[in-house]
Amino acid sequence: MRDVAVIGGGMTLFRRRLKETGKELSYLASKMAMEEAGIDKKDIDMVVMGSAPDAFDGVHMKGDYLIDGSAAAGKPYVRVFTGGGTGVFAPIAGWWHVASGVADIALVVAEEKMGSCYPHPQTAFRHIWDPVLDRPLHPNLVWLFAMEMNRYMTRHGIKKEDIARVAVKNKRNAVGHPCAQLADPNITVEDVLNSEMMAWPVQRLDISPPSDGASALIFCSEDKVRQFTDDPIWVAGCGWTIDSTMWTNRDLYFPQYVANAAKMAYKMARITNPPKEIDFAEPYDPFDYKELHHMEGLLLCKKGEAPILTREGVTQRDGDLPTCPSGGLLGVGNPIAATMGQKVCELYWQLSGKAGKRQIPGDPRTGVGQAWGDIMQMGTVIVLRR
Amino acid sequence: MAKKEAYPKYAPGTHVSTKDIVNKKIAYTWWEPEVQYSWSLGPAMSRFLIELKNGKIVGRKCNTCRRVIVPPRMFCEHCFGPTDEWVTLKDTGTVETYSISYLDADARRIKDPILIGVISIDGAAPLHGFMHYFGDMKPEDLHIGMKVKAVWKPEKEREGAITDIKYFAPLKKKGGRKK
Repeated sequence: MRDVAVIGGGMTLFRRRLKETGKELSYLASKMAMEEAGIDKKDIDMVVMGSAPDAFDGVHMKGDYLIDGSAAAGKPYVRVFTGGGTGVFAPIAGWWHVASGVADIALVVAEEKMGSCYPHPQTAFRHIWDPVLDRPLHPNLVWLFAMEMNRYMTRHGIKKEDIARVAVKNKRNAVGHPCAQLADPNITVEDVLNSEMMAWPVQRLDISPPSDGASALIFCSEDKVRQFTDDPIWVAGCGWTIDSTMWTNRDLYFPQYVANAAKMAYKMARITNPPKEIDFAEPYDPFDYKELHHMEGLLLCKKGEAPILTREGVTQRDGDLPTCPSGGLLGVGNPIAATMGQKVCELYWQLSGKAGKRQIPGDPRTGVGQAWGDIMQMGTVIVLRR
Repeated sequence: MAKKEAYPKYAPGTHVSTKDIVNKKIAYTWWEPEVQYSWSLGPAMSRFLIELKNGKIVGRKCNTCRRVIVPPRMFCEHCFGPTDEWVTLKDTGTVETYSISYLDADARRIKDPILIGVISIDGAAPLHGFMHYFGDMKPEDLHIGMKVKAVWKPEKEREGAITDIKYFAPLKKKGGRKK
């Protein structure tokens, strides 16, 4: 297997609704990544597209629909989709294109337009439920998170205010992000605890927003990378795991599938003590408790310990384990697959020292990004290293 | 170290609001799909639904894993062999988790909350059960570990669906612990 480097990243504005089409957003993000890498369409050997359910856009075979905006016309191209896990699974697919030796330069584009779906993207989520067991009960997707959050809170005796601290941290971190949808420098724990009750224990400010947006990354082989940069950022490890769809037959308090994916990635990256060897993390945070749940799944702390680390300030940008320095999904927005922008582009920019106001102090050398999806069953993990 | 430029350097894209569409300030087009599905359910779920119509909850037993599985399936995803026999379970169980929802399926706000959760069914393997509603209780009484029992629709109204159970209600028993 060859070593693979990241040489460019891009992302569009994230908003509830953008005027540009999915193709145009893909073009804008791809173009930005190509500019940073200093390459043209002709330099790209292969393209990976990551995009979540077709039902949001209302265009089936969405991967094909997005080809022209992804610099892929006339090239080997594949669309990957692992639900919410796509934001990290698409770059994993980009990595294996290059690591395997079939491509020297691969472009990964991730696109989502949730604003097209009426009256609310929730309506599209109706179609992910089991038609026999779940749909007759008219479920709302927030129920799933509420039930998982409740199980996690009850198992460890976690208070809501300790979970609310995650939303506050991430929305404040997002202030330095030019693409951010919900940055708020003044938000407090009280604001979160007093926000509208959606499905107990989930309140409005516990949730990331639906968004339109796109992001892109360029992967390059070790053989070619010196043409583009003297300081490559390397993909040190990748892992992915999916658990059974029968989510009512599992204990939801701990995401074992994330732990399995993390172990796979850490083994590849030769990481034996994750809390010591990893300098910062971008765990998937569509809900505030998910950041905590995923820190534990990523083996960055013991089970039930993530809320304590958060309360003690360890996960702040200047703490010992900065977590979601991008502002995450809670602050920057949640165009499902395009959250690759926070979960992987951010690792690249942080490790290159290019994150501007969001830059973590102390010269970070190793970062882990993670996404999560389908019906509480998919874990995708990537480790980047300078 | 020389000061580097901050990335992303710019944030391309144009924000528009729902109002811009309603007020026709931007060009848009519209599509309302009309499509219907009918699923054949296979041997496991067919039997499960037929037994619900009879007022019974059934599972399948995997003798290799010594696991009673509900909802039932004809194969075991753990050992990847066929499951071995049908087992009739009680219609009682334990609340494993729950939510009190002020949202309906389309994320519209509702005043009277829906009580929803996962019930592990007595006689099945630990944590094996399904999602359902709760009733005959106040939201504040609902808790993880609570014992509950199915409240069935009258026999004539049952149609072979998960909704043949109306909801799960507190299991009344002598000397039962009240929260």
